[in-house]
Amino acid sequence: MVGGKSFGERTFNLSTVVIMIVLMIVTLYPFWFSLISSLNSGEDLARGPVFLWPRELTWASWQTVLADSGIMKAAWITASRTVIVTVASILYTAMFAYAFSRSYLKGRKFYIAIGFISMYFSGGLIPSFLLMNWLGLYDHYMVYILPALFGGFWNVIIFNANYKAIPDSLFESAKMDGASEFRIFFQIVIPLSKPVLAALSVFTAVNIWNDYGTTLYFTQSPDLQTLQYVILRLIQSNRAVENMVSTVEGSNLAVQQLLSGASGQGLVTAQTIELAAMVIASIPMIAMYPFAQKFFVKGVLLGSVKG
Amino acid sequence: MLWHGDWRNGGERMASKKQKGYKLGFDFRTQLELKVMLLPAVCLIFLFDFTPLFGLLMAFKSYEPIMGVKGIFTSEWNHFQHFIRVFQNFQFWPMVRNTLGINLLGALISIPATLVFALLLNEIKHRKFKSLVQTVTYLPHFLSWVIFGGLFITLLNTNGIVNVLLMELHLIDKPVQFLADPKYFWGVAIGTGLLKDIGWGAILYLAAMAGVDQSLYEAAAIDGAGRFKRMLHITIPGILPTLMVLIIFAVSGMLNNNFTQIYVLQNTLNLPASQVIDTYVYQTGLLQFQFASATAIGLMKAVFALLLLACANALSKKMTKSGLF
Repeated sequence: MVGGKSFGERTFNLSTVVIMIVLMIVTLYPFWFSLISSLNSGEDLARGPVFLWPRELTWASWQTVLADSGIMKAAWITASRTVIVTVASILYTAMFAYAFSRSYLKGRKFYIAIGFISMYFSGGLIPSFLLMNWLGLYDHYMVYILPALFGGFWNVIIFNANYKAIPDSLFESAKMDGASEFRIFFQIVIPLSKPVLAALSVFTAVNIWNDYGTTLYFTQSPDLQTLQYVILRLIQSNRAVENMVSTVEGSNLAVQQLLSGASGQGLVTAQTIELAAMVIASIPMIAMYPFAQKFFVKGVLLGSVKG
Repeated sequence: MLWHGDWRNGGERMASKKQKGYKLGFDFRTQLELKVMLLPAVCLIFLFDFTPLFGLLMAFKSYEPIMGVKGIFTSEWNHFQHFIRVFQNFQFWPMVRNTLGINLLGALISIPATLVFALLLNEIKHRKFKSLVQTVTYLPHFLSWVIFGGLFITLLNTNGIVNVLLMELHLIDKPVQFLADPKYFWGVAIGTGLLKDIGWGAILYLAAMAGVDQSLYEAAAIDGAGRFKRMLHITIPGILPTLMVLIIFAVSGMLNNNFTQIYVLQNTLNLPASQVIDTYVYQTGLLQFQFASATAIGLMKAVFALLLLACANALSKKMTKSGLF
């Protein structure tokens, strides 16, 4: 027991560190790989993957992606819906949760009931599809906004737990002074709930930014495609071409050449476009997630542990 | 505006009554304000969560898409024909097998792996290194399945980096068709699922571990309990309620595949192993317009999921005295 640490203890510490480093490499390497591949010349990439650094560095794929009107349109749709839904749904949900958290709310049981029913029962995909059609939301920009305006009862529960941490005396004195419920909500509750508001805003934004289901289920026109959906289609079409190439490989040289021609030549190929689009679309989330982590611990976990 | 003013006066009257011991907040104006605050969300819940429940009627009727919305109510009952046909469908059992297989194996691997990861992370005393590991491992949770799945599709391609490395090391003779061969699909789905959420999943365990009474560790250390004994007898019992909640969620989600993940990784070649209930409902319902039978499958899935949730909760309550509700 020299130095207070046994041999077993040291081995344990060392192996823990090694496991963690391996896990970090496994997590980060795919991003690094796609970054350097997207910055490599496409023709060169077709000869073999790059491992640590681009062999032939070029921004051509990035420029192609950023100049593509379809992708930029999709980015605009995605960004605008993310901002609108995040702001509106956090406001509505926080407001619902505030009214819901008041012990003097009459008919509170009714709201608890509809909240839990909405959590555990759902019509499923097809009835929702029919509803969107019936409401005229099918293939309309509003399908991205309206159904997402309420953030769900889970968020209400999280807000509720956080509101409990606000001292009752604040509410009582505000009420005695004749402040309206709206005033209490906007001037007392909102300023005191910043961590949870920030945390849930980040989560809502991440979910909306990453969502492709709405596009897949409820839209068809190319004008309404979201960024994730465009990338998904890029991935799927590239794989289809590759599968065809590998099926005809060796059997028919002419067809093979034709198909590999279809995936592009020169600095920019279908693969580098796909990778560049993936990297660019993940930049906002990579920039935002360290905040999510901080706020999550402060706003959501602390609240729920206390509550 | 006149009656608006009246509420104001009413509110003030109530406020003055409070000083004489009258209970605050039950006055008309306060209740009205609260109702106005609740209204937007209530409307949204009714419209987008409850209205579709009527659509479930389709599962019991001979409904055709051409009948429109009215047809949901006016079409004939068809004596559970959709449900009977579901069981006769040759695609049904493979689909259930894939759904349960991916979820069950996934839960059996990812819950212990996340727990071990959190336990190891909890043992790291170097704060900066610990937070670096956490920050790095959270990252994939915040990326969409399109991007995360797309990355792995690229890596696992026949000419992708994984195959190139394995070939260089002479571990394989020819490229492994990770995504084209059905026999690898479950592994790919479970592996990518684990990697995406291991860091995030550990947050909950770590928060629960932080809540364990530290004096227990000191007492155990004095009594000569080593690190593993402390983990086994203090940390794990301390986080048992959290663990049970996660297990309940895993059990109740047994039939709920992560559509966003599976759909990205799915292709026509791996379909025998990648067709799960959710992708089947999408395919038959929205692409082939078999609204009624797709709804029937979705409904059946939802009912079984609720039953599983109730069973898991009851079992957990019986065994560990802690449950979800």
